[in-house]
Amino acid sequence: MSSEETARPLSKSAQRGPVVRFLRKYALQLGIFAVALIVWVLFLIGAPRTFLSKEIYISFMSTTPFFALIAIPLTLVVITGEIDLSFASVMSFGMVGYDLVFVATGSVWLGFFACLAFGIAAGLINGLIVVKFGVPSLVATIGTWYLFRGVVLVITNGAGLGLTETTNTALHDIIVGRAFGVIPMQFFWTIAIGAVIWFFLNRHRFGAHVYLTGDNIESARLMGVNVGRVKILTFVIVGLVAAFAGFVVSTELLFYWPTVGDGYQLTTIASVFLGGTSVFGGTGTIFGTFVASFIIGAINAGIVASGLTNFWTQLIYGLIIVASVSLQTLIGRRLK
Amino acid sequence: MGYVLQLKNISKTFGEVAALHDVNFEVGDNEIVGLLGDNGAGKSTLVKIITGYHQPDPGGEVLWKGKRLDHFSVARAHAMGIEVVYQERALADKQSLWRNIFMGRELTTAGGKLDVRRMRAETLKLMQSAMGFTSSAITTESTVKTFSGGERQGVAITRALYFKAELVILDEPTMGLSLSETKKALDFVRSIRDAGKSAIFIDHNIFHVYPVADRIVVLDRGTIAGQFLKNELTLQELTDRLYAVAKTGNLSY
Ligand SMILES: Nc1ncnc2c1ncn2[C@@H]1O[C@H](COP(=O)(O)OP(=O)(O)OP(=O)(O)O)[C@@H](O)[C@H]1O
Ligand SMILES: [Mg+2]
Repeated sequence: MSSEETARPLSKSAQRGPVVRFLRKYALQLGIFAVALIVWVLFLIGAPRTFLSKEIYISFMSTTPFFALIAIPLTLVVITGEIDLSFASVMSFGMVGYDLVFVATGSVWLGFFACLAFGIAAGLINGLIVVKFGVPSLVATIGTWYLFRGVVLVITNGAGLGLTETTNTALHDIIVGRAFGVIPMQFFWTIAIGAVIWFFLNRHRFGAHVYLTGDNIESARLMGVNVGRVKILTFVIVGLVAAFAGFVVSTELLFYWPTVGDGYQLTTIASVFLGGTSVFGGTGTIFGTFVASFIIGAINAGIVASGLTNFWTQLIYGLIIVASVSLQTLIGRRLK
Repeated sequence: MGYVLQLKNISKTFGEVAALHDVNFEVGDNEIVGLLGDNGAGKSTLVKIITGYHQPDPGGEVLWKGKRLDHFSVARAHAMGIEVVYQERALADKQSLWRNIFMGRELTTAGGKLDVRRMRAETLKLMQSAMGFTSSAITTESTVKTFSGGERQGVAITRALYFKAELVILDEPTMGLSLSETKKALDFVRSIRDAGKSAIFIDHNIFHVYPVADRIVVLDRGTIAGQFLKNELTLQELTDRLYAVAKTGNLSY
């Protein structure tokens, strides 16, 4: 990578040295990171007692994965130039799978796999509607958002399911147990799923095709990329992970509410865009989404801990999102 | 002479538009075919049928080295050795140079894992040997968005060159290029013949097509209006006849 620089006379931008080049390349990530730091310092000033104790960080690691998990694969969908709004219903749809199979067999493991299978099916339905029928994903997934939620309500009759019988199972410990008695397992799951999806996006042919599909779908097609298959696969991954997230939330709360997922729509979508993924497709990073999810999670926790009423939440969300997106754009432009 | 490619009775209809009607077209071994025709004549549509991008209407046949092709696709065309420099260049603006060179045909190791190191190294080699980029600001990591028209075409041509082809199709490769860039594109066409391969060369400028083509085919409103070997007529005669085609739709006036 450095040989091309030595082989040729240095251009103006290259002469500015490795620091500027590093800043330029990672402007977006650094911007997001800076925002995270500023938010944290503000909270530290606002509520030092809370933000110097470890409890807040533990609760934060427990609840942020509820939407961070989905924001990570949703990034893939957005990079292809599509959107999925149905994931909140898929969280509940997957748990219907668990509900039905657990009640029938008494096995939490079978229930868990049924949950994941329902998620995959939901993602496949989304993908097929978008790709095979050509319905714009914004419209298609508003439709399936209601559809999946409707199916859930009809099947469950709106009644939930207690999950206390999961507490003493290995499954519970693996999914939402506390590592070393302290750190919520779902935090590690978020990192693990982030790492796997990062790998596929950046180091696998699939990810290369995800970027190409979103960048210029016509060019990608002309060069033999199976853009339909790429899109369907990204929707399936979101479905799978959304069902998993539904399972995480429900087992953490030890109760399955048919309305589970409601309230995560905005935080999830905001994480993707705050993380620097472009609405226009073709660009975006898993790292950005990951950090942004935790910024949004921190805002929630911070507002409560700072003693502000919940009414402030949206105002502060809005401020931080507008400020950081503007900051990212400015940094990006200044360094060009 | 054998044929590398033959199209028999090919038609292509887009809704109401008949872009091609009952076209018979072939490319011989080590032959450069110049394809001429007005805007909207169907040249690019013909190209996209040859590359497996469009499926022709039922009834036609595509033969590769004498063998009939069914279930043709872009991936198969690539595998057989058909390379295209598309009229629209087919680049992805926000992606790096190396990702553009290997678009859709990424070099991988086991299990589809990208061989990023090799793709960068190959791209660097091509930049020095084939692209002839004069701007030192361009690296393998540069996104192609800011590339000049000539540089973009350089990328598209280099891509076709890298994946050793039996048949190279160039769809208006000189469009919007300077004299020196145009010369490079024409030299590329000649190098294809020197290497013993075949090409289809589409260009609106007959002064570009005439010198490099062995045979010239004229397409008019979706049908073949006529064809002739280059040594059958002079550039002046060709010019006159093309005017006649525009008026009558027929080459022999
Ligand atoms: N995907 C498509 N859908 C509908 N119509 C199409 C499509 N592609 C091409 N056409 C139509 O088919 C006809 C032939 O188009 P084509 O692009 O093959 O012409 P061309 O000879 O390449 O023209 P030019 O010299 O301007 O590039 C035109 O009328 C065009 O509008
Ligand atoms: Mg054309």
